Amino acid sequence: MNIVVLVKQVPDTWSERKLTDADHTLDRESADAVLDEINERAVEEALKLQEAHGGEVTVLAMGPDRATEAIRKALSMGADKAIHVSDAALHGSDVLATAKVLAKAIGTVEGVDLVIAGNEATDGRAGAIPAILAELLGLPQVTQVRKVEIDGTTVKAERETEEGVAFLEATLPAVVSVTEKINEPRYPSFKGIMAAKKKKVDTLSVADLGLDPAEVGLTGAWSSVLEAAPKPPRSAGQRVEDDGNGGAQIAEYLVGQKLI
Amino acid sequence: MSEVLVLVDHIDGEVKKVTFELLTAARRIGEPSAVVVGTPGTAAKVRDALARYGAAKVYAAESEDAVTYLTTPKVDALATLAGSASPAAVLISATVEGKEVAGRLAARLNSGLLVDVVDIDADGVGTQSIFGGAFVVKAKVGNGLPVITVRPGGVEAEEADGAAAEAAVELPAVDAAKSARITGREQIVGGDRPELTEASVVVSGGRGVGSAESFAVVEKLADTLGGAVGASRAAVDSGYYPHQFQVGQTGKTVSPQLYIALGISGAIQHRAGMQTSKTIIAVNKDAEAPIFEIADFGVVGDLFQVAPQLTEAVAKRKG
Ligand SMILES: Cc1cc2nc3c(=O)[nH]c(=O)nc-3n(C[C@H](O)[C@H](O)[C@H](O)COP(=O)(O)OP(=O)(O)OC[C@H]3O[C@@H](n4cnc5c(N)ncnc54)[C@H](O)[C@@H]3O)c2cc1C
Ligand SMILES: Nc1ncnc2c1ncn2[C@@H]1O[C@H](COP(=O)(O)O)[C@@H](O)[C@H]1O
Repeated sequence: MNIVVLVKQVPDTWSERKLTDADHTLDRESADAVLDEINERAVEEALKLQEAHGGEVTVLAMGPDRATEAIRKALSMGADKAIHVSDAALHGSDVLATAKVLAKAIGTVEGVDLVIAGNEATDGRAGAIPAILAELLGLPQVTQVRKVEIDGTTVKAERETEEGVAFLEATLPAVVSVTEKINEPRYPSFKGIMAAKKKKVDTLSVADLGLDPAEVGLTGAWSSVLEAAPKPPRSAGQRVEDDGNGGAQIAEYLVGQKLI
Repeated sequence: MSEVLVLVDHIDGEVKKVTFELLTAARRIGEPSAVVVGTPGTAAKVRDALARYGAAKVYAAESEDAVTYLTTPKVDALATLAGSASPAAVLISATVEGKEVAGRLAARLNSGLLVDVVDIDADGVGTQSIFGGAFVVKAKVGNGLPVITVRPGGVEAEEADGAAAEAAVELPAVDAAKSARITGREQIVGGDRPELTEASVVVSGGRGVGSAESFAVVEKLADTLGGAVGASRAAVDSGYYPHQFQVGQTGKTVSPQLYIALGISGAIQHRAGMQTSKTIIAVNKDAEAPIFEIADFGVVGDLFQVAPQLTEAVAKRKG
C-alpha cells in the first residue's frame, strides 16, 4: 500500500492573516505558519493504513522554503519520505495550477495506491484540490470521508456532506480526502522527531516536473483579483447586562429589526 | 442573451433554496438555464419550481447512474453543455459537493474558477469574503468559461417568470474504474427543522450549554423561530451535539438573516463560519467574550435565564 499524503503549510488561524498590497496574494511571511490541522489527520490515516497493509508513506507539499517545517512534522509523525515542490514561479498559483503541480509530483512516485489529502485547507478553503486531482489523474474520487477502509483492491468509505452520509466504494488507486472526524492525530515522539531529521526530502522545481512556469503562479492564474480590502470589522452593537429581562430585551430588539 | 448554466441542487425532486439564489444571480449575467442531474423523471418534478425563479431552459441529464456515481455525472453534464450551449458562465452552489464539481469542471474545461462568492455582478465579478470575513476580495475570471461557486445565503432569491423549456442532455457512460460508486445513503434527519446552510434563522449553542440534554434550550428557541440549530466545535467535541451541525472554519459556513449564539465565546474559527450573518445576537456570561465584538445585540447573562425568556416572548408574539 503505497500512499502519498498531501500536506500544506498554512498561516496559523490564531494569528492575523493578511494579503500583500503588491499582488493581493497571501502574505505568508506575516503570520505564523503551521502544518494544517486537517493534514495531521491525513498523515495519521495514512500511517494507520500502512500499519495494517504495509507499504510506504510519502509526504508531498508544494510551498515556499519554510514549508519544510510542515514536512518535517509529518515525517516526525512517522511518514517515510517527502517531496517538496518549491519554486519562485509558483508564487500566486491558484487552485487549478496547484492541482496541476501536485498531479505531476504524484506522478513521480512509483506504484501509488492511494493519495490522501485534507478535505479543505484553512487558508484557501477551496475544498476542491482532491476532486481536481481525481479529475486530472483519472482516478476515483473518494472525498470528504469520516471513515475509510481497504479491502483488497477496493476502498470503502463514508462521505459526509450537508445532505448526509453516502457510502462509497471504488477501486484502487484512488484519491481520498478526510474530514475532521476521521481520527485523532498522534503526537510526534522524541524518537520520531530525531528520525525525521534523517529522512529523505526531495526538492523539485517546476522544470523538474516538466511544467512550463507560465502555466503556474500568478501568470498562469485563470482568475485575477481586481481589488482586496480588509473588511471594516463588524462593529459591536448594543450590549446589555441581564437584569432578569435580557430575553425580553432581545425580543424587543428583534421586533425593532422586523426579524420577528 | 447568453445562457448561464445553473446546477440544480435537489433531493428526490425537491429543489433547495440555494438553487433559487443561483438562478437570481444568473439573471444578472444572462439567461438562466437550469441543469438537472438525476434519475429519469426528476426534471419534470422540479420544472415548476425552476420556472418560478426565471429558468428559461431546463436541461435534463437523467440516468440511473446519475445518482449512483459520485460527482462525475454532474461534471459530465455541465461539460457537455459547456460545449453545446456556449454559456457565459456556470454557477454552482458552494456546498461541499458543489465546490468539488466546480473544481473538476474547471480543470476539465481548462477554464477559470471563482470559489465561494457571496455576491456577483453583471460582468461576472465575484465578491469573496476570506479569512473568516477579515478580507473582502473582488475577482474575475480572465480566460475561458467562468465556473463560479456561490455561497448559500449570499444572494437573495427573487421570483421571476421563466419558460423552463425542457431539453434532454445525453450523459456519457460512467467509467467505473475512474469513479466512486455510491452504495448507500443516510439522509440527515433534521426533523422539521430547516437545513443549517439554508435556514434564515440559526440558533447555535457552545460549550456554555454544558450538556447534550441542555441543548433542548437551544432547540426550543430555534423551533420557536422556525430556525436551524448549530453548534460550536467545543460543543461538538464535548459530545453535546452531532458534528454535522458544527458552524465555523472546519464546519458549515452560514449566512442567515439572524444568528443567535448561546454560550459561545466567539473564537476566530467559529466566527469564520457565521460572520456574514445579517444580524448577530449573543448571550454569554462573560462580558469580555469576543463574540460581543461582532454582535449587533448582546446580553451579558446566563443563557439558561435569557434563552427561555426569549423563547417565551417570541412564542407569545406569534400567538
Ligand atoms: C484548525 C481549527 C479549526 C477550528 N474550527 C472550528 C469550527 O469550525 N467551529 C468552531 O466553533 N470552532 C472551531 N475551532 C475551535 C475554536 O478555536 C474554539 O475552541 C471553539 O469555537 C470554542 O467553542 P465555544 O465558544 O463553544 O467554547 P468556549 O471557548 O469554551 O466558550 C464557551 C463560552 O460559554 C460561556 N458560558 C458558559 N456558561 C454559560 C452560561 N450558562 N450562559 C452564558 N454563557 C455561558 C463562557 O463565558 C464562554 O465564553 C477550531 C480550532 C482550530 C485550531
Ligand atoms: N500546496 C499544497 N501542497 C500540498 N497539498 C495541498 C496543497 N494545497 C492543497 N493541498 C491538499 O489539498 C487539501 C484541500 O485543499 P484545498 O482544496 O485547497 O482546500 C489540503 O488539505 C491538502 O491536503
